[in-house]
Amino acid sequence: MVRKILCLSALLSVFFLTFSEKAFAASGGDDDETSFIMHHIKDSHVWHFATAGDTHIALKLPVIIYSTDRGFEFYSSSDFLDPETHLFGKEHNGYYINEYDKLKSIDENRWFIDLSITKNVAMLFLVLAITLYLLLSTSKHYKSNPNKAPKGIASFVEPIVLFVRDEIALPNIGPKYKKFTPYLLTLFFFILIGNLMGLLPGAANLTGNIAVTITLAIITFFVTNFNGNKAYWKHVVATPGVPLPLLLIIVPVEIIGLFTKPFALTVRLFVAITAGHIVILSFIGLIFVFDSYAVGVASTLMVVFINLIELLVATIQAYVFTLFSAMYIGSAVAEHGHEEAHH
Amino acid sequence: MLTSLLLTAGFALMGAGIGAGIVAIGAGLGIGRIGGQAMEGIARQPEAAGKIQTAMLIIAALIEVVSLFAVVVCLLIALNGNLTF
Repeated sequence: MVRKILCLSALLSVFFLTFSEKAFAASGGDDDETSFIMHHIKDSHVWHFATAGDTHIALKLPVIIYSTDRGFEFYSSSDFLDPETHLFGKEHNGYYINEYDKLKSIDENRWFIDLSITKNVAMLFLVLAITLYLLLSTSKHYKSNPNKAPKGIASFVEPIVLFVRDEIALPNIGPKYKKFTPYLLTLFFFILIGNLMGLLPGAANLTGNIAVTITLAIITFFVTNFNGNKAYWKHVVATPGVPLPLLLIIVPVEIIGLFTKPFALTVRLFVAITAGHIVILSFIGLIFVFDSYAVGVASTLMVVFINLIELLVATIQAYVFTLFSAMYIGSAVAEHGHEEAHH
Repeated sequence: MLTSLLLTAGFALMGAGIGAGIVAIGAGLGIGRIGGQAMEGIARQPEAAGKIQTAMLIIAALIEVVSLFAVVVCLLIALNGNLTF
């Protein structure tokens, strides 16, 4: 028994000693696998589609800056690119883009707002255009052919709208569902199309950007709390039927609970989409690590399989975000009669 | 030698790797249980199969997201693992 433990610890220490210095050689630098993955996940001022040999097929997106002394300034991000190396770092008119792809000014104390059209903003406009086209053409079809069965794009959108109304809005919100169904439909379609578009090659990771998901969660937070009725707020700050000592513990927990709900919404959508993209990119990166055709074939099959799972995840995450939003709204506008059923 | 072992970030990377493995166990246990109970439910009442399947997929997505929280943490540690202290 003692011999076994000694052998095991000897093996383990050999393992540590051999591999402990390798940690430094592993990461860092531009040709690294992790930077390849991060480059596809993160936002950027250049929308890079492909690299054919030495030429980069990339869209150099505009950089828009607002400051109090200079007003609005419009540049192309190619102004900040070094002409030979095609990397950011060149200084132009007092601004430069640092290695984390963030616009900074040479003068540290200068205040400015970065309103650039970055990759994710351009993707947002694209998703917006597609969503508007889908929904507006559907409503136009209904206006021009009243009381007839839908044809064309309306017949594609109608089951989804009915699904959101009948399965998500009506059961969770109750009698007041009509007021909130437009918001839930917007949420569902935006997240669904954003997720699905993000899976295309060359697309930007829109709903996997925590700024986008936190905005959606904050909007849900405002919709829930501005529509909260008296029973809802009473439940948060003065929970009925609870003795005073317990109340001192329960009220802070309830108030923190107000904020954990949008936080959970944010992180759930962000993590699900980003992790999916990281898995797909890791499998493709494996091909370049091993530099072999056989790994190329196997990796591609795995990537096809995982892409199918990601399609499912995209739909489910849109459904779950909308469902939880509907549940929170429903608990905020629940009628007093519902409270009576508790006690 | 021992101090250099403590100072390298090798332990952090190892922790990240082992953490990701444990996360996989957690997700596997959770989703496996859901799948098992769903199978039982469908076996008992085959006409409810559609509803049970839908509910199973949704809960599986929720559990998977929790495991992905932990994967992101491990990834953050692994990608910043070359820092020395």
